Amino acid sequence: MKVFVNGEGRELSGTPSLAELITQLELPAARIAVELNREVVRRDDWSSTMLNEDDRIEIVHFVGGGVDVYSNSSCVE
Amino acid sequence: MSTATARVSNEKLIIAGREFSSRLIIGTGKYRSYDQMRSAHEASGAEMVTVAVRRVPLDRSSESFLDYLSPSLQILPNTAGCYTAEDAVRTARLAREALQTDLVKLEVIGDQTTLFPDNEQTLEAARVLVKEGFVVLPYFSDDLIMAKKLLDAGCAAIMPLAAPIGSGLGVQNPANLRIMREQLPDATIIVDAGVGTASDAAIAMELGADGVLMNTAIAEAEDPGKMATAMKLAIEAGRLAYLAGRMPKRLYASASSPLQGVIK
Repeated sequence: MKVFVNGEGRELSGTPSLAELITQLELPAARIAVELNREVVRRDDWSSTMLNEDDRIEIVHFVGGGVDVYSNSSCVE
Repeated sequence: MSTATARVSNEKLIIAGREFSSRLIIGTGKYRSYDQMRSAHEASGAEMVTVAVRRVPLDRSSESFLDYLSPSLQILPNTAGCYTAEDAVRTARLAREALQTDLVKLEVIGDQTTLFPDNEQTLEAARVLVKEGFVVLPYFSDDLIMAKKLLDAGCAAIMPLAAPIGSGLGVQNPANLRIMREQLPDATIIVDAGVGTASDAAIAMELGADGVLMNTAIAEAEDPGKMATAMKLAIEAGRLAYLAGRMPKRLYASASSPLQGVIK
């Protein structure tokens, strides 16, 4: 099954949940936030949210910035 | 302690019921190292710092940038990098989910060269976010009418620019800030962007701003720690001068010594 994580296509085996995807990606679960098809998925719902073909997932964290330092890299697309 | 000093030391910056002793809000970008950032933060006395939201890199395990911030700091996530109201709203929602804070520095950029705000998109995003319970602090052009619209939309504070982001030019239109202060006496006005050095921050405060938000002026100084201290003092000095009420400007001299009794 193919999904898009932060704009990148990824092949996943089976039909994992969002929580399983985050574990697979070895991301620190603290202080990140996740959007599935442009809607925020609350942390408590990660394990009950099953992924589907062509889902678009955005996973964000925080970086240094003040007033627009990183103007060329929009955070979400 | 003089009356004015007493008044200043008791006076807090209040944003949506939250009290801050420091009127300086600073950024977390462009520092040469995390250690340098941390010492500058400490020297500045700021109690609130702003951070940007970005995609997590998937190719490496990234440590959390937030771990480098003192836990006592209030984190103000921003929507830097967004060019539409929709992206800014999505970014704010993600930030709230990750940080469990309803504060957001709303920034919708209209143009890459100037980084001037897209005021129309900013207002649209502000309306949506206020409805969703966010405490919205919008960056916008220093325009009174826009300021009124943002306040009407329910923004907790308004953040007019002093000059283009990262330009260090200082307050380019002092008349606009003064008019905004006079016409909106109850609004919380935080000058955001364009300050270059301590005197710029003092001028913003003397014009009646309630606070100043800056990043580059401190981060790009040769010695960010020293500049952070300078900014802290400038903001206190400017606030005190504003409260003291400056003398009127005159074109001609006005002698300070008595004119009578001069020897002839």
